[in-house]
Amino acid sequence: MFAYYLQLGLRSLRRNPVLTALMVLGIALGIAASMTSLTVFHMMGSDPIPWKSSKLHYVQMDNWDPNQPYGDDGSPPDQITYRDAVALMQAGKADKQTAMFKLALPIQPANPQVKPFMALGRVASADFFGMFEPPFRYGGPWGRDQDAAHARVLVLTSDTNEKLFGGQDSVGKTVRMDGVDYSVVGVLDKWKPRFKFYDLTNGALSAADEFFMPFTTAIDLRQRASGNNSCWKFPGEGWDAYLQSDCVWIQMWVQLDSPARLAEYKSFLDSYVNEQKRLGRFPRPLDNRLPNVTQWMQAQRVVPRDVEVQTWLGFAFLTVCLVNTIGLLLAKFMRKSGEIGLRRALGASRSEVFRQFLIESGVVGLSGGLVGLLLTGLGLIAVRALYADYKNVAQLDWTMVLTTLVLAIVAALLAGLYPTWRACRVQPASQLKTQ
Amino acid sequence: MEIRPILSALMRSKVALVLIGLQIALTLAIVCNALFIIGQRLERMQRPSGMNEVDTFAVTSSGFGEGFDVRSTMEADVTLLRSLPGVAAATAINSLPLSNGGWSSGLVLKPDQRTPLASAAFYFVDAGALDALGLKLVAGRNFKPEEIGYRTMNDNVTPAGVIVTRALAEKLFPGQGAVGRQFYIDDPRTTPPTTVVGVVDRLQEPWVDSKEIEYSVLRPQHLPYGNSSTYLVRAEPGRRDEVMKQVEDKLAAANPSRIVRGLKSVESVRAEAYAADRAMALILGAVIVALLTITALGIVGMASFWVTQRTKQIGTRRALGATQFDILRYFLTENFLITTLGLLVGAVLTYAFNVWLMTHYESPRLPWHYVPVGFLCLWALGQIAVLGPATRASRVPPAVATRSV
Repeated sequence: MFAYYLQLGLRSLRRNPVLTALMVLGIALGIAASMTSLTVFHMMGSDPIPWKSSKLHYVQMDNWDPNQPYGDDGSPPDQITYRDAVALMQAGKADKQTAMFKLALPIQPANPQVKPFMALGRVASADFFGMFEPPFRYGGPWGRDQDAAHARVLVLTSDTNEKLFGGQDSVGKTVRMDGVDYSVVGVLDKWKPRFKFYDLTNGALSAADEFFMPFTTAIDLRQRASGNNSCWKFPGEGWDAYLQSDCVWIQMWVQLDSPARLAEYKSFLDSYVNEQKRLGRFPRPLDNRLPNVTQWMQAQRVVPRDVEVQTWLGFAFLTVCLVNTIGLLLAKFMRKSGEIGLRRALGASRSEVFRQFLIESGVVGLSGGLVGLLLTGLGLIAVRALYADYKNVAQLDWTMVLTTLVLAIVAALLAGLYPTWRACRVQPASQLKTQ
Repeated sequence: MEIRPILSALMRSKVALVLIGLQIALTLAIVCNALFIIGQRLERMQRPSGMNEVDTFAVTSSGFGEGFDVRSTMEADVTLLRSLPGVAAATAINSLPLSNGGWSSGLVLKPDQRTPLASAAFYFVDAGALDALGLKLVAGRNFKPEEIGYRTMNDNVTPAGVIVTRALAEKLFPGQGAVGRQFYIDDPRTTPPTTVVGVVDRLQEPWVDSKEIEYSVLRPQHLPYGNSSTYLVRAEPGRRDEVMKQVEDKLAAANPSRIVRGLKSVESVRAEAYAADRAMALILGAVIVALLTITALGIVGMASFWVTQRTKQIGTRRALGATQFDILRYFLTENFLITTLGLLVGAVLTYAFNVWLMTHYESPRLPWHYVPVGFLCLWALGQIAVLGPATRASRVPPAVATRSV
């Protein structure tokens, strides 16, 4: 019977092409508007590392000005000082830990064909790779021993390796950056986190890192971060004074494998800050925070307000389109009252009429969904053109494709419910009489 | 006017009334709020930066290797840039308005002041800055070449004099004339105060989201960042692109141990700074157009349905003496009534939506005139949409009444 009703539905839709087109277009536009915005919302807002996001914690400590909090809402700074980062790294109380900052360095390629270029990279500790799990193409990460030895080593990303070594296995080769030679220990495979969730301070959608370098090595070479730096008092003159100052410019992540470990680390952090308070630092009330990946994303508002508003608006628009569809389906079904009366008189039960018309609504929904999917694709192309930095987040994935189709069919069935119910209530006798 | 019969006819098909009414209501709420947001964005995008954006561009030099000396490079670069044909003025500068990156700090008037009076952006520039940026000096004087110093990690000098914007001068020294007055731009516990030597009309901070966007301080200092330095060049009118083309090669040739990068016209910096606002305005505009189209088509569809349903009644009315115009007027009036009911509900929804935006997204209150204007537009939309089906209805011949369907 399903196949027959499907056939009837298709025939009925073909009989009234303008009305059908109107309904399909209505659903398609509503679906496209809501799904385009929902896709961006989903890609930016959903967990980028679901298998371990609850174990990775960002470290926040309030070393700020006693007279004025760092955040407008009183929140502690979004980065920590060099001296605290080193103290926490040396204590090594977490299961894994990395201090890091953003660094721009000029690369002087050995190949004279390639012009020197500025590379944006990340200074991190050996554990970074085990924590955020970028896949390796060649070689591997440097070890903790190389952190300790301030080794001049690098991990390159695949794009940089392509640029410098034509994509060959470059492990063991040398790269010169700002007059210093580093040897390559590893090359990453294509690593495309949708956004840079491990550095929300310097822009979740900022350009991908091009190299990784040990934290200790960069400090040895007196490399200043090219990311955000904030001071609440004069750091003093010179590099050493800067390292000892209360300026915040370092990001710290720790991996804590269980809630018990998290509680332990929290109390370790509290005792560390209390100890520092006795030394005259940390003048504000104790406020250590260890948000996990998704909590940190919320606190840093990774999803821009505009995207949220667009998503709400997209669904409000879909509602209008559905109300519109209800009206049009009602018009269409009521026009067929005579036919319904005839079928009922010939013995079709109410539930069969109900099924027939619901299938017809479903067909409208599916067609609307398919056209809507196409329009969503176009919508995302438009979004990528409008927002230059959305190229990784304005992308459909399988979840979103399925969601689109399901949403369209559910929407159309919902819209079809009332008109179908009205259609079943057609009295066969009254319809046959007027004929 | 036959409002009562129309109303009683409407009451017999409440569902249709509710559907069209709801659609009109939601349309009004969305369109008003979306238009309001678009208006705010356009207003934001039109704020002047205070500088000449048409003829200017920026370029950055990043040196590498042991032998590189950033100070001598900066001095040589500025001299070179100023000597290029087509260049009207040039300055070394640490950051640009609209660039969303730079240095800001709290300012105080007295060393024991706890909370800053204002937060301002610092532009580290040389004596050519006013000319290169195209700023208008409204009081005091420009920097002298001999006043230009350096600010580096090992060299934390507070300059004796600075130039501030009019907005900042008014905030620090309300109604007193700022020139000659002193305040603290660096840590007041460890550095001396500085004196205002000049006031410029307007210069925005680098951050377009800044609350007090016109609080800027010009410091007569070079601020190299590591081995990097940035320059702002103003070309002679109409020659910007031509000058931009040669600058990269000229700078690279002057010193091979560096990378010349970030060559950008200030116009493109502006476009980038407001790309998100522009996108939001365009997206909302597209939603409005789509929404109005859907709603209009929905009215056409429903009205056509009614006309078909009532063909017999129309014929009967015509047979009983109603003119074509009477029938037309009937449908127009009916649409007007439905639209009005929808709009009344829509007005409530519009304000509810606005309140929601105000609580969650720091939106301002919707000005009162949006809703009445929305009423007029949707009334017009409804009448135009129903005109086609209504005309068709008016052409139903009276003879239809005598036939069965």
